[in-house]
Amino acid sequence: MNTANDNKANEFTQKSHTENPEGLKVNEKNITIALAGNANVGKSVVFNELTGSNQIIGNWPGKTVERAEGKLRFEGHDIKVIDLPGIYSFSTYSMEEIVSREYIAFEKPDVVINVVDASVLERNLFFTIQLKEMNVPMVVCVNQVDLAKQKGIIIDTEKLEAALGVPVVSTVAIRGEGLHELMEVATEIAFNKTKNKNTTIEYGAEVENRIKKLTELIQSKNLNLGYPSRWVAIKLLENDIEIRKLVESKSRDIVNTAYDLAREIEDIHKEPSFAVIASERYFFANQFAHGAQLQSDIKITFSERLDKLVTHRVLGYFISALVVGGLLLWTFVVGDFFSSLLTSAFGFFHPVNPQVAGPIVIILWNGAFGGIVAGVTLVLPFVIPFYLMLSLIENSGILTRVAFMMDSAMHKIGLHGKALIPMILGYGCNVPAIESTRILETRRERLLAAFAITFAPCAARTIVILGLVAVFVSVWWALALYAIDILVMFILGRIALKVVPGETSGLIMEMHTFKVPSLSVAAKQTWSRTKSLIYVVFPVYIIGSALIQGLYALGLLTPIANFLAPITVVWLGLPVIAGVVLIFGAVRKEFTLLMLVALFGTNLAAILTPIQFIILALVSMLFIPCLATLTILLREFGWKATTSIALANIITAIIVGGLFYRLIGPFV
Amino acid sequence: MSNNEKLSANIEEYLETIYKISQNEKIVKTSRISKDLSITSASVSEMLKKLDKMDYVNYSQYKGVKLTENGLKVAKRITRKHRLLERFLRDILKLKDHILHDQACEMEHSLSDDAERALCQVLEHPDKCPDDRVIPACDLKFTTCEECMSRKEEEVNEVGKRNENLIPIMELEKEQKGKVSFIRGDYKVIRRLLDMGITIGASISVIKIAPLSGPVEVAIRGSKLAIGRDIACNVFVELMEA
Repeated sequence: MNTANDNKANEFTQKSHTENPEGLKVNEKNITIALAGNANVGKSVVFNELTGSNQIIGNWPGKTVERAEGKLRFEGHDIKVIDLPGIYSFSTYSMEEIVSREYIAFEKPDVVINVVDASVLERNLFFTIQLKEMNVPMVVCVNQVDLAKQKGIIIDTEKLEAALGVPVVSTVAIRGEGLHELMEVATEIAFNKTKNKNTTIEYGAEVENRIKKLTELIQSKNLNLGYPSRWVAIKLLENDIEIRKLVESKSRDIVNTAYDLAREIEDIHKEPSFAVIASERYFFANQFAHGAQLQSDIKITFSERLDKLVTHRVLGYFISALVVGGLLLWTFVVGDFFSSLLTSAFGFFHPVNPQVAGPIVIILWNGAFGGIVAGVTLVLPFVIPFYLMLSLIENSGILTRVAFMMDSAMHKIGLHGKALIPMILGYGCNVPAIESTRILETRRERLLAAFAITFAPCAARTIVILGLVAVFVSVWWALALYAIDILVMFILGRIALKVVPGETSGLIMEMHTFKVPSLSVAAKQTWSRTKSLIYVVFPVYIIGSALIQGLYALGLLTPIANFLAPITVVWLGLPVIAGVVLIFGAVRKEFTLLMLVALFGTNLAAILTPIQFIILALVSMLFIPCLATLTILLREFGWKATTSIALANIITAIIVGGLFYRLIGPFV
Repeated sequence: MSNNEKLSANIEEYLETIYKISQNEKIVKTSRISKDLSITSASVSEMLKKLDKMDYVNYSQYKGVKLTENGLKVAKRITRKHRLLERFLRDILKLKDHILHDQACEMEHSLSDDAERALCQVLEHPDKCPDDRVIPACDLKFTTCEECMSRKEEEVNEVGKRNENLIPIMELEKEQKGKVSFIRGDYKVIRRLLDMGITIGASISVIKIAPLSGPVEVAIRGSKLAIGRDIACNVFVELMEA
């Protein structure tokens, strides 16, 4: 999958060797390049094309924001590339924005490549202007010029260069076009920073004079803030809380002056000063964009026709359902194939049997090994194809439209359309899904989404439903359980909304153009989502499985099962042994099925009645998030929220299971 | 109450009713008004003719009633007072839901503009009434609520009133263009909107509205954005000639 990128990276390397045989003559120096820009402009594609497989993906220290770093060799230089998160501005104090601005100000990359979308130049330049204010050496990369051309937009890079005072290179990153030139320009700037004229953009007089006044005051105090003085001045006039706090700790005087000056601007414009400054920036963005943009007739592109269809008031819902349904179908078909392939491979050299008598060490080892096998054969084969396809759908722009159509439904559980992505991820595995709730605006929304996700029928739950109900009762009951699960998820989401007070922050989402998704970006995204599965789920699977089997072998689980009998036997109508099976299921959901098979062999129909199959599957599906999910909940939200969520799940499972037992009893 | 005041309260009540009906129905029929106000069709017809003469509505027996710009302004102002009062009665006085409407109906006609502004500030510029209907924007020439909050009562006259009717973007028809003139809400919402290009004075148009009170897709500065209803009902525009 990455071979194409490797070739590209090699191409850069080779070129450097031919032009520079000794490899020493010219500046043999390491440089750092940061990629910055809005979301969905193809920044990740640029990053992947440049660095190939040579990447490290992790988190920013102490932050829950992903950090992607890569390396390449270009014309004899070792270049480090940092892919900053996609942001629209430096103003909302989201983690992504703070990480980006602190990186640029304090780590001082040798050059910042600002990737902009050629079709949405004006909005993108709003961010470019803010980058310029940070006074960093930069190059603007006008990407996706092919898509813009289809819409009849052509960008004159020379004019844009003249207006911005920084070099501009146009690219089609997905095909590698223009990237060589981009790197040439970027390295040139990195070594010869004066090349970057980086003229100051002057605001309207009534604002500019005040910026200058404040800048001079800041300069005179020598505060050593790390940020350029002019930038700090503008931020203070914008009433940026973070920067104000920073300056306040060193000089109250500056903050007070800034307050008065901002007030003066407000009096002139009758608008809050931050709105005045945003309007001014957009005024320049508009001028630069229109100056450099040749718009021929607006063409109705294929993308727009597709857009009309996907968001059609009736058809749109069918297509949304089709997309999600197709995604799940693909997962089951492909996942099942790989799963059986891997299972037979593992079974060949070591039959997995959870119930072993003998020395405790062997029991523990057997449990641990069973955990690895379960992760490899039952979770990965489903989750990887699922996430790969999901990333492709996401990057093509279709998922944005599905989110657009589903926004009002999501509002019913206190979330908005964007929360759809974590929710769908939950169908693969709850762990990365809960991790991905980071895209939501507030902690409350993240918590609501995470709670709903703990009910989402993940791959392991699906195995239980299929293995118990579809096989021994009927496919229809299996589907019914799926539907009930979604209904429970929805109802509990509603209840949670009432319990957790606060307002829902509304949806503001860019509807970017449809495009052919990049496989390498999707592969990378799949990896970064599957990663947590390997770091969190696998260890928990392995340790948890070993422990639970050890406890079972020591006979410690049977008393607990007996203690639980009033609930399992009387209320839920299950056999006593169900207690043990469910305890196993708390470690890994699919353990429910494996344990039953281990205890009674494959002819489970002799042990359980159809209704018991259904109730057991239902309860094991709902009754507690698996140990790995609990771990990630604990990490993301703390023990209080985790306990509440776990309790809510247990109570729901008992209530729903018992009621269902009495309700369907007469029909099965 | 003098005769004059009674008349104006009566007019306001009519305009308010027509406005409310027109929010859901394309054509406002006499029969519907008479049902809502519990007044005979004949009297309603009579009154509508009068309102037509006063340039509050355009009325023809067969096409139904349509508010003029003038009428719309009065209707919006009184609707705003009504819905603000409902919020006040419920959120602050904690009255039961079933009495809110009638109580607000009686109070709305005597609520002064200054009191309306104070009420709006106390309630922290609410956007919806208890029935989840959008509260129209105020007609003071502010661009944001922050501005209004920072002004003293004496300064308000200086700010002045708008001539044009403001409409929230979710009420724009497809392909209609508007100029962003007022954004309601706290700092955070405004900030997010500004960053995405929705600044005061920018021109914006609606591309499509998702069904089932879903989001609105707008075109702004060459980009397309989906904006949830909750936010879309707080971005107000002046209609621009196409």
